[in-house]
Amino acid sequence: MTATVAHGALGFRRSLRARWNALPERTRIAIAIGAEIVLSVLLFFVDHSLGFAAITITAIYWTYRLPLLPWRLVAQLGLVAVYLVLGPRSFAAVLAIGYALTWVPERHKRWVYPVAALALTALYPFYQDKMFTIPVFGAWPDVFTGVVMLVFMMMAVGLNIVVGYAGLLDLGYVAFYATGAYTAAWFASEQFAHTRWHFGAVGVDPTLPGIHVSIWPVLLVAGAITAIFGILIGLPTLRLRGDYLAIVTLGFGEILPQIARNGDNLFGTGVNLTNGPNGITPLDPPGFGHGLSAATGHFLPANFLQCCNATVLGHQIESEDVFFWFAILLVVFTVFCSARLQYSRLGRAWIAIREDETAAAAMGIPLMRTKTWAYASGAFFGGVGGAYYAVFKSATFPTDFYFNISVFILCMVILGGMGNITGVLVGAAFLTYLDQEGLANTGSWINTNIHVGSHHPNIDVPLYSAGIYGVIIVLVMLFRPEGLIPSRRRAAEFHEGVHDQPLYDLEHMGTVESS
Amino acid sequence: MLVAAVVLLLIKEFTVSPSQFAQTTLIGVTNGCVYALIALGYTLVYGILELINFAHGDVFMLGGMFAITFGTRFFNMHPGQGIALIPIVLATMILAMAACGAINAGIEFVAYRPLRNAPRLAPLITAIGMSFIIQDIGLAWKGPEYVIAPDVFPHSNVFSVGGVEYPWNHMLVVLITVPVLLLLLYLVQRTRQGKAMRATAQDKDAAAIMGINVNRTISFTFLIAGALAGAAGTLYALWATSVRFDQGFQLGLISFTAAVLGGIGNLPGAVLGAILIGLIQAWNEGLPWHMPGSDWTESIVFGILILILIFRPEGLLGERTPEGG
Repeated sequence: MTATVAHGALGFRRSLRARWNALPERTRIAIAIGAEIVLSVLLFFVDHSLGFAAITITAIYWTYRLPLLPWRLVAQLGLVAVYLVLGPRSFAAVLAIGYALTWVPERHKRWVYPVAALALTALYPFYQDKMFTIPVFGAWPDVFTGVVMLVFMMMAVGLNIVVGYAGLLDLGYVAFYATGAYTAAWFASEQFAHTRWHFGAVGVDPTLPGIHVSIWPVLLVAGAITAIFGILIGLPTLRLRGDYLAIVTLGFGEILPQIARNGDNLFGTGVNLTNGPNGITPLDPPGFGHGLSAATGHFLPANFLQCCNATVLGHQIESEDVFFWFAILLVVFTVFCSARLQYSRLGRAWIAIREDETAAAAMGIPLMRTKTWAYASGAFFGGVGGAYYAVFKSATFPTDFYFNISVFILCMVILGGMGNITGVLVGAAFLTYLDQEGLANTGSWINTNIHVGSHHPNIDVPLYSAGIYGVIIVLVMLFRPEGLIPSRRRAAEFHEGVHDQPLYDLEHMGTVESS
Repeated sequence: MLVAAVVLLLIKEFTVSPSQFAQTTLIGVTNGCVYALIALGYTLVYGILELINFAHGDVFMLGGMFAITFGTRFFNMHPGQGIALIPIVLATMILAMAACGAINAGIEFVAYRPLRNAPRLAPLITAIGMSFIIQDIGLAWKGPEYVIAPDVFPHSNVFSVGGVEYPWNHMLVVLITVPVLLLLLYLVQRTRQGKAMRATAQDKDAAAIMGINVNRTISFTFLIAGALAGAAGTLYALWATSVRFDQGFQLGLISFTAAVLGGIGNLPGAVLGAILIGLIQAWNEGLPWHMPGSDWTESIVFGILILILIFRPEGLLGERTPEGG
């Protein structure tokens, strides 16, 4: 039913595009310019500002290089929005950049959108406080939330390797997150007070007990330990069928937080591994030390927490801005690895296993090894993300690692589109924003603006976040199982179906013990 | 090896304090009865659809809330009602069973039926979603605090031998569970509808060719499973005298472990597994000598789950199925 409707809409769009393309070139340009002039004039009347009309007409030359009429109008409206936000001077700069982009050679065109997105994200701290208020959702997320969003984007891309590429449902991803966070805490805090080992940690008194290692190797170590942990979990469990695997990972995801919770006195031996419900806090701040900082002309901060006395573009740089930029670097690293893996030999093996395990095995793909690599890679990024998040918050608490988080990250992958990095990034950013700020903002908007007669509802919207994710999961799986921004291949699998009977079922089909 | 170690440990426990051992064992059996009712729901659904119905535990939780609401609103349930308690509890339980059965069948209709031909993971994912939704329905309905049930079951002892006491409120749970289990067994193994269920579980296409309405049979299975969850919810609420919106998921997972332990898809297996899990939990939490204690119950239960899935995925009573390779 839904499929036919979608097909109909697609068909309508196709025929419209065909008709548009059938027009002669000159007519098309004339129509485009005409529409744009009409739009400019309309805008002129809306705001009585001469600027609009002038700017939109200036933009015409640039915009009509874009391929389709609707996109031109969207671009036009976007330009107006940019103008409203930035004011005339910055707008001229944006226009110049846009104009320069039209000269990017064809073979580099595919980099335009990623680089633009990256630049916009990196500059976010500079224009965050100048942004307009979104209806219903309220203000744009602040930089602190931005860091959390980036961390979860990283973890979602990691989970996407397991769920999206290899098609293994992992309901215990939070275990990897916790492993990373606690590894970071062990190597960069006073947790092990009976030893004293300092290695490049910044902003820590050298007489302080405990292990204090510079954060950068700690991130790597956390990733590596988590990857090993993923392999350890994977080796015995990965031969299980999909739903059994899901439940086993869920089991690990439940056991690990309990170990964290009871780890202040492991099995009554007095070994304090995790400091129990109090968590480990504070963690050492990240930084590059004074030597590196001075050598780079104070471009690299010596200590993130005592940062920074610089004011750039009228923006006083705070330590959370620095955390934000390094989180961007981590996300870029993750995305780079994930994208390179996707079409590597290993990545193609994952997709083959996802689509048909039997055929993949018949083609000589080692099932166990390939699946274990998926686990290890996914775990690695989960670990690094968890470690960075712990360092950012300067704490790890066992309450951060409940089953809800696993489902939360899974929800990002599903909403964005399993297997598609862009989709997963968007899904992660959006859901984390909702979790951190969006739901609270929406809730207060609902409570003040929606009323029945004189009765205002008083709903604590963030309280129901789990249920809201539940609704999102169910709706997406029912109506658009490939996610909002699907990978084309995954969409085809969901709509045409795949032969996903696992290998071990073949000779036993239909003998499942019945009730 | 592991089994031998556990047995030795239990013998040691028994010699340390026989009365306490007997006491915790009885508690374990009572626990196990509630788990059995929930585990049967998992097993029924898994047997027919090969789907882990994550929402089942939350339906159980709703069952407890229904029981408290119905019992206090409609039947004026309160402590010290004497013999009049029996019809009141039964009526409450039947209402809760009906409500939960309807909800469970509704979940199947909304979230699982449209995905019958989708990849296997799709309904599993919606099951998690439904679980969260139902939890939040409970939260919106009763709030984030414990919902207190009237403490109606008498606490006087059935027997008290050598310091081992068995109070009536535990006894009643067992007394109500057993006939429900027998009824279910009769339904599945002796009736026409039960035959249809078994046929659908074995091979949906063949069952359809034989004139069985497969979708209706699946709905019926969910209805039965939901009713069992409702019964379990009623007993749990009246016995533990409190229910909270997020308890269902946790207890559901423990019961699912029980179902896997006994051999998923196997009815007697689910009961056996549930009793075992109940005993393990009670021993772990109640025995005096070197037990990890209640802080570790979940870890132990999920550890058992993982070990069973890895080493004996067919469970204790199940036939050798291919999951383990």
